[in-house]
Amino acid sequence: MSRIKIRAQQADGITEVKALMRHPMETGMRKDQAGESIPAHFITEVAVFHGERTVMRGYWGAAVSANPFLGVRFKGGEAGDTVKVTWVDNQGGAGEGDTTIR
Amino acid sequence: MIKKWAWLIGILAMPALSDDGIFDEYRDLMGDDNPAIFVIDEGEALWFEPQGPRSASLEGCDLGLGRGVTAGAYARFPRYFEDTDTVMDIESRLLHCMQQLQGRDRDTLLAKPYSLRGDMGTELEALVTWLAAESEGAVIAPEQVHPAERAMYALGEEVFFYRAGPHDFSCATCHEQSDMRIRLQALPNLTEHQDAAETFGSWPAYRISEGLVRTMGWRLQDCFRQQRWPGLKLGSEVSVALQTYMAVNAAGGVMTAPGLKR
Repeated sequence: MSRIKIRAQQADGITEVKALMRHPMETGMRKDQAGESIPAHFITEVAVFHGERTVMRGYWGAAVSANPFLGVRFKGGEAGDTVKVTWVDNQGGAGEGDTTIR
Repeated sequence: MIKKWAWLIGILAMPALSDDGIFDEYRDLMGDDNPAIFVIDEGEALWFEPQGPRSASLEGCDLGLGRGVTAGAYARFPRYFEDTDTVMDIESRLLHCMQQLQGRDRDTLLAKPYSLRGDMGTELEALVTWLAAESEGAVIAPEQVHPAERAMYALGEEVFFYRAGPHDFSCATCHEQSDMRIRLQALPNLTEHQDAAETFGSWPAYRISEGLVRTMGWRLQDCFRQQRWPGLKLGSEVSVALQTYMAVNAAGGVMTAPGLKR
């Protein structure tokens, strides 16, 4: 659970981060085959860190797709630096993953 | 007047223009970020995980290339197996191994082979996805040596063109013409090699609209539902026959699965 696949590549002073998260992103508005409501379960907050520095923080909701993809670019970053992506969801779950910039 | 006619010809000349141009671009953009990569990992873990009353993994499963050989195995299905004396698709072969090696109950395994709404994938879907990835780049080469395999193809062809159900539908109704579409989805002509290869080679696939990886077995079940035909049973003769028909028409093509679809 709570896995994130991340790639980060640096070119011309800009680092591009691509992150794919494993999450159902249930809106809370759907019903299962038996007609019972499927409880809301979605990421509420994502953040991208370059070392200790927060380079992005985002507030998400039920409109984001299942297994969401996040792409973000920031200034700076050198090959070998660590980039970390985290999320928390509305059920108290959390995910985290990191990679080194290529 | 001339302008009007030119406009009309323009429309007539583009019967197959669907969303595929834009969707191909989307597919390129997503590239390595197909969420199916999570499912591949899950399937690999499940293959090696001891399960069932015998607490055995699936490593002893013979997918046709020898016990435990997974690389390239998917691309050779459906094929005849001596131990069961039947032609099997990969899903029914996996079920066979789960029963034989792990001692698991068939009815329990068949209770929910494919995900329902709100699910994140089933064991069978994950295993098939990983095995398809183990055949990525392999040439589609279903066996057509044993008489039962050839008979399966013949039956598949018959079923493909068989019209039935309240709408008098056959598979061919949607899939025997080239460059056609339903709504915005291009419909592959499965009687023709190129389309059959691209289609057969790209399943299992991650369906963005469902947030799930779907298998060829599921695809066929859903085609039956859309045709308003009786439910298609996993691993049934009809299901294996149709997969054989598609696979043989696709033979020589390349496995690109897991694909990424709308």
